[in-house]
Amino acid sequence: MDKLLLLGDEAVAQGAMDGGMSGIYAYPGTPSTEITEYVQASKYAQEQGIHRQWSANEKTAMEAALGMSYSGKRAMVCMKHVGLNVAADPFINSAITGVNGGMLVVSADDPSMHSSQNEQDSRFYGNFAMVPILEPSNQQEAYDMAYAGFELSERLQVPVLLRLTTRLAHSRSGVARRDVKPQNQGGLPANLRQFVLLPVFARQNYQRLITSQVPMEQASADSPYNQYEEGEDYKLGIIAAGIAYNYLKENFQDQALKHPVLKLSQYPLPHKLINKMLDECDQVLVIEEGYPFIEEHLKGFQEKGTPIKGKLDGSLPRTGELNPNHVGRAFGLDSQEGKAVPEIVQNRPPAMCKGCGHIEAYNALNQALSEYSQGRVFSDIGCYTLGALPPFEAINSCVDMGASVTMAKGAADAGLTPSVAVIGDSTFTHSGMTGLLDCVLENSPVTIVISDNFTTAMTGGQDSHALGRLERICEGLGVEREHIRVFRPTKKNLDEMTQIMREEIAYEGVSVVIPRRQCIQTMKNKKLVERVKELGL
Amino acid sequence: MKTDIVLAGVGGQGILSIAATIGMAALENDLYLKQAEVHGMSQRGGAVQSHMRLSDQPIYSDLIPKGSADIILSVEPMESLRYLPFLSPKGWLVTNTKTYRNINNYPDEQKLLEEIENCGQYIALNANDIASNMGSRRSSNMVMLGAASPFFQVPFESFKEGIRKIFARKGDKVVNVNLEALEAGRDFAEKNR
Repeated sequence: MDKLLLLGDEAVAQGAMDGGMSGIYAYPGTPSTEITEYVQASKYAQEQGIHRQWSANEKTAMEAALGMSYSGKRAMVCMKHVGLNVAADPFINSAITGVNGGMLVVSADDPSMHSSQNEQDSRFYGNFAMVPILEPSNQQEAYDMAYAGFELSERLQVPVLLRLTTRLAHSRSGVARRDVKPQNQGGLPANLRQFVLLPVFARQNYQRLITSQVPMEQASADSPYNQYEEGEDYKLGIIAAGIAYNYLKENFQDQALKHPVLKLSQYPLPHKLINKMLDECDQVLVIEEGYPFIEEHLKGFQEKGTPIKGKLDGSLPRTGELNPNHVGRAFGLDSQEGKAVPEIVQNRPPAMCKGCGHIEAYNALNQALSEYSQGRVFSDIGCYTLGALPPFEAINSCVDMGASVTMAKGAADAGLTPSVAVIGDSTFTHSGMTGLLDCVLENSPVTIVISDNFTTAMTGGQDSHALGRLERICEGLGVEREHIRVFRPTKKNLDEMTQIMREEIAYEGVSVVIPRRQCIQTMKNKKLVERVKELGL
Repeated sequence: MKTDIVLAGVGGQGILSIAATIGMAALENDLYLKQAEVHGMSQRGGAVQSHMRLSDQPIYSDLIPKGSADIILSVEPMESLRYLPFLSPKGWLVTNTKTYRNINNYPDEQKLLEEIENCGQYIALNANDIASNMGSRRSSNMVMLGAASPFFQVPFESFKEGIRKIFARKGDKVVNVNLEALEAGRDFAEKNR
């Protein structure tokens, strides 16, 4: 087969398509977005009728994938690490239902928080759900694991978690393809109660999940991705997980690595291989990207007290992504850094684009709020989060998708009135709508600013589910029509916008203010421009 | 043989088009390649970088270890200095001198140039001017790639082939403009190294 130059994300997408995937479900989120976009751009996917539309959020995506699995077909669901929080309910329970068609759950972690609010490690979720985890060390393994992951899922009868981290997700390398497999024919589960998690059935399913931990661990022991490389010097043994294996090898190209190495890329942890290392070696160094997941396990289950080195004893940094220099330092290898960064070099933080509608919306909001004390604006996840930085310094929170609406409500409940939320159109349909319903039910004195740019901008301009239906959604949820105010955020309209915001902020009930103008980054997207015109927006 | 390159610039300046051309040139030569890109938030006018590694041997790390880059190739002068810890003592700093000012505290231009001149082996050129003079403002990134090309262990012809492949869809005119830009950058580097 041919060799392709692919991002880690793209390798997962290609592997899944070649492995017989019938549908991909996702909400965009860095560093996972390119998986779905690759399938969306694929001619093959179009010809084969592979489902590849964006979902409203990660939870709906996970559930749709589970439905496809129920129907006997192979489904993949992709998200960034915090997306798995949103989808945690169906994810944990999908391990209890088990699968029919193979199901792959891809979660891309973002250590160093390049584009995220935390650096949580998805392996804990995999462990919590008691399902196998695959953690590729390079682009080829990312392809191979997605390709073979469906079969693993079908054989073990549970979803399989594929964990990426930013560096692999967004790094390109050569990938060799395998023969393309056809999609499953589909067919109902043999037991039509398999997916009915009434306690009476769930207890049986849970028992089955517990029992199948044995074959899952056996699969890890037999996995081609877990390799025990013998050494000469057993004073130290090394466990290198996922991409950390590369950083280890990078440091030992010019000199031999004398210690035994366990390359680890499939979980549950293969206890036999690990015990072998703990027995044979005086000390063990664990190199892993993310939290000290393996390290903490090792401290728990070993029979003899082999000292464990890693992130907990400071051999490796506790936070941020790994790099070859960190790993070299753990071996006492001097990293010869180049020159220091000269002092005159200034930080260059990201900023909203010139001409962005959010800018004018914030200018108006800041003016409208100038008569009140500071600290009453709750915001959300998106480009407008950059409104926290100068010159705007307009927002006081950014926690998770949709939290602006509900935090504003809670603050209003506590007596902080007026209380304002700033959220984007796509984030609103992701997780803001239910919060708005809460506000309506209590007629909370909040103003929800939905800064509508017709797209999911921060991740690169994906479709917004809100397009053309924002007012109807708000009205449907019970916001009074006269308190849904729409305007075009431009410099020229500043006074009018400020006046509208002032009025709605002063209103002691639920109001929705919608500054509406297309994201300038999407102006080249002819289909969207056309659609916006059609809708008369 | 290996060439490790840190590509630097500001989100929106299009450093990935340089990366794509280098990637194509690597494929032409059957080299192993790894290229770590930055996506997401920083693309909105923030500092962005990409680590590119070419080798005739398998490459392990997607990231270049500090102190070992053969080239820093920057399309903006202040950004070129941000990655100095990665540059090998034998490496080359190749940078555009055209500033991109989207922050209030942007440093004094003269002082920036002095810092660049302190870097030992460097090539500093105003690629925007060179490209404009040739009547193709948008090809400044290819001028920069041309200026860095002498320090790659890849034949110059492969970069040309890369450009031909990448810009083929846009027609002969665009291909030729970019080829000329590449040559112009190359000439500058050869005369000023």
